[in-house]
Amino acid sequence: MSISQEGIHCNYLNEMDLVWDRPDTFTDTTLHYCPGCGHSVINRLIMESVQELNIEEKTIGVAPVGCSVFAYHYMFIDMQEAAHGRASAVATGIKRILPDRIVFSYQGDGDLAAIGTAETIHTVNRGENILMLFINNGIYGMTGGQMSPTTLKGSITSTSPDGRDYNQHGYPLDITKIIAQMPGSAYVTRQSVDSANAVRKTKKAMMKSLKYQMDGGRGVCFIEIVSNCPSGWKMTPTESNEWLRNEIFNHYELGDIKQLPKLKTNEI
Amino acid sequence: MNKKILMKGNEALAEAAIRAGLKGYFGYPITPQSEILEYLSRHLVGSNRVFLQAESEVAAINMVYGAAGCGERVMTSTSSPGFSLMQEGISYIACAELPCLLVNVVRGGPGLGTIQPSQGDYFQAVKGGGHGDYKLLVYAPNSVQEMADFVYKGFDAADKYRTPVLILTDGALGQMMEPVVFPDYNPDNHYTNHSAWATRGKSKNRDPNVITTLNLEADAMEKTNIHLQAKYKSIMENEVMFETIETEDADFLLIAFGLTSRIAHKALEMARENNIKVGLLRPQTLFPFPTQAIAELAENVQAILTIEMNAGQMVEDVRLAVNGRTPVYFYGRMGGVIPQPNEIYQKIKDVYHSSSKQISE
Repeated sequence: MSISQEGIHCNYLNEMDLVWDRPDTFTDTTLHYCPGCGHSVINRLIMESVQELNIEEKTIGVAPVGCSVFAYHYMFIDMQEAAHGRASAVATGIKRILPDRIVFSYQGDGDLAAIGTAETIHTVNRGENILMLFINNGIYGMTGGQMSPTTLKGSITSTSPDGRDYNQHGYPLDITKIIAQMPGSAYVTRQSVDSANAVRKTKKAMMKSLKYQMDGGRGVCFIEIVSNCPSGWKMTPTESNEWLRNEIFNHYELGDIKQLPKLKTNEI
Repeated sequence: MNKKILMKGNEALAEAAIRAGLKGYFGYPITPQSEILEYLSRHLVGSNRVFLQAESEVAAINMVYGAAGCGERVMTSTSSPGFSLMQEGISYIACAELPCLLVNVVRGGPGLGTIQPSQGDYFQAVKGGGHGDYKLLVYAPNSVQEMADFVYKGFDAADKYRTPVLILTDGALGQMMEPVVFPDYNPDNHYTNHSAWATRGKSKNRDPNVITTLNLEADAMEKTNIHLQAKYKSIMENEVMFETIETEDADFLLIAFGLTSRIAHKALEMARENNIKVGLLRPQTLFPFPTQAIAELAENVQAILTIEMNAGQMVEDVRLAVNGRTPVYFYGRMGGVIPQPNEIYQKIKDVYHSSSKQISE
């Protein structure tokens, strides 16, 4: 594993002209994600947030099984990689042992909403003071594009070759809405990274959640990021983002689903 | 001399864990180990100590993974079906080299089976159990005293080798009450600093600590395996524990572990009263197995009888150790049945006479 704290430095620019740089918490290891995939943006956003809040020395991340399994190659903080579906149980173990640390988990839809459903529900039910990032792209990307619990009706995947059929495969699982109904969740929001504006909103949600945890927290902060999978969806990056806007967001509506009264103010 | 206390095996184990500096316990109810969970829910209190009842054994073992990754003394306990559920997590823990203590209070299987005591999980305990090449360091107590003693040994060994350690006991030892003396043990004197690898937040002047078991390159993954095997070799060289009873003049050897060893001891006394020179070897560690000691004793006895509460599992390791030097027989009861001393004595007589016949022929 090669991790470097060095950012990208452009020799042909004066330092004073620099308006954009990689955060120190985000390594310069080449990302393995497919072109146009939302994971790289989301990886970077959480590390930008950690750096801006100056909590890189007390933050511990939990990487999942799936496309983002190598998140610890890019995140320059202490991290644990969890077994498939178990990220929130691992995060619970860390947070309970080290309650003054900032802990986040990072999981996809297969991980969080299929094999790890029990851990997800019960971590929220206990009201663990952690941030759970849920990247929902409606497909098992890493294993070659199989149907996931959040795949929409009619979607063609390698295991639903005729499109998802509710009679055979059941319905897309809206686990975020379930979580919003639970007393253990403090803040539940659904965001995306398909546009510059969406990226800004997602980062704001991350900052809000991390600050809340720094203040002691009173439950799980849960951010679903509805994202794309150009390779798995057999689309170009542009097409995949259009597909998000034209189809997916109609089913998975963006916006805050649950906020504690305190969080509605500007104090956090 | 510390005070002698009358305690249940499960509770003595739990109390020893607290005295050994247990920082976090994560578990799920299952008979016949629930007293460990219940005892710790009452007594594992105070600052920086965590008791958490998980939603399943799967969650519990992964909480142990996360907590052990922070470099603190943590444990879980369960009984057979729950131990099966934990196997995936244990494989990860072994590969990630996380020190922790596991307890399996074995009940009769397979399936839902029975809540009666059994030794049917021997293979699962000593041969890995989950996927991939790994081993657990396995202690097998045969008294309430050892239920406590092996907790201290277990935590120390887990820290020393950065490996999961298992106490393999059974429903009878968990439920029975016996006097126990807790030794003087100050966890501060046994503290191991794990900060070089533990994930506790990246301090300024070091690279991130990452706990992972993934290595897509076969060559690199083989190196991980070679490293693990070297560790297991070192454990085999340094951590073997066994007890021998009247083996000096024995021409017939019994081998049994845990609860069965106590019944075998009674059968040994019956045989000795009838002038059959029987000895007993009791492995206290099942991995590493007392292979060398058994091989040496095999040179001097006419036959070996292995007694287990299963269909014959440890007997395979006995045969590997004996390597044909002398005949190896087996007597077992299954499904939660505890063998009686006279059953074993009868088997001793049968085997003894047939093996002496073979020798005289």
